[in-house]
Amino acid sequence: MTDFTPISALLGGALLGISALLLLLFNGKIAGISGMLNAAFSKQAGKSWRISFLIGLMIAPLILSHSQWQLPQHIETHWITILIAGLLVGIGTRIGSGCTSGHGVCGLGRLSTRSLVATITFMSVAVLTVFITQLF
Amino acid sequence: MQIIIALISGILFGLGLTISQMVNPNKVLNFLDISGHWDPSLALVMLAAVSVFGLGYKILIKPESKPILAQSFSLPSKTDIDKPLVIGAIIFGLGWGLAGICPGPAISNISAGEPKILGFIIMMLIGMKTANLILAKSNK
Repeated sequence: MTDFTPISALLGGALLGISALLLLLFNGKIAGISGMLNAAFSKQAGKSWRISFLIGLMIAPLILSHSQWQLPQHIETHWITILIAGLLVGIGTRIGSGCTSGHGVCGLGRLSTRSLVATITFMSVAVLTVFITQLF
Repeated sequence: MQIIIALISGILFGLGLTISQMVNPNKVLNFLDISGHWDPSLALVMLAAVSVFGLGYKILIKPESKPILAQSFSLPSKTDIDKPLVIGAIIFGLGWGLAGICPGPAISNISAGEPKILGFIIMMLIGMKTANLILAKSNK
């Protein structure tokens, strides 16, 4: 069980928006994490800024290591579920051209119909998936 | 300079994920569990992120012809709702619902040293490679 944390949610969400805005305003790029990951591990050119963003994403929690905001130390979900979930997230974000960041934040912010359809679809399927797994 | 901006942007994104606690899969799963102990936090995270980005996009980016440090804006050009978009979103939603982890939080969680996160990331990269092969084949 987790508590509703409206202040942290709004503050954190605003930072996500500022981050995506900065990247688009200065570099002209969309902050889509699945796309960056795919490109960072492929042979295509223009990887360096993507790797740089991903490093920032990775080191950010260390900056907060003395604050109230910590990373979870233990993940309860079973190993097999984690591995299947990882595979599905990888396949789905490639075929559907984006994840929560690219579609859910940047796409919705630009009022893209494609991203709206994608976000409603993955949100609904995720809610349904949780509902079904809770039955077992 | 673009590398520095990307690094700062990545750090801000990671701070946002950590402060909003979207790095905690339980928090995500409790948001998705609308029939259980519903935690609506993620809705506010999305609301704040989309509002800030959307407003900034309208005021700062739309009127400009090019970004400050690059030649042009790299924005998606596709507008049609096609099969891959919906099928991909369904597959992603299934994976997200199973573990409560999406690509951004997976990367931000690396430093906690939980081996399950590394397992998730390796499988995600394998999934991406697999999807790339499928997409390349279907485009022929």
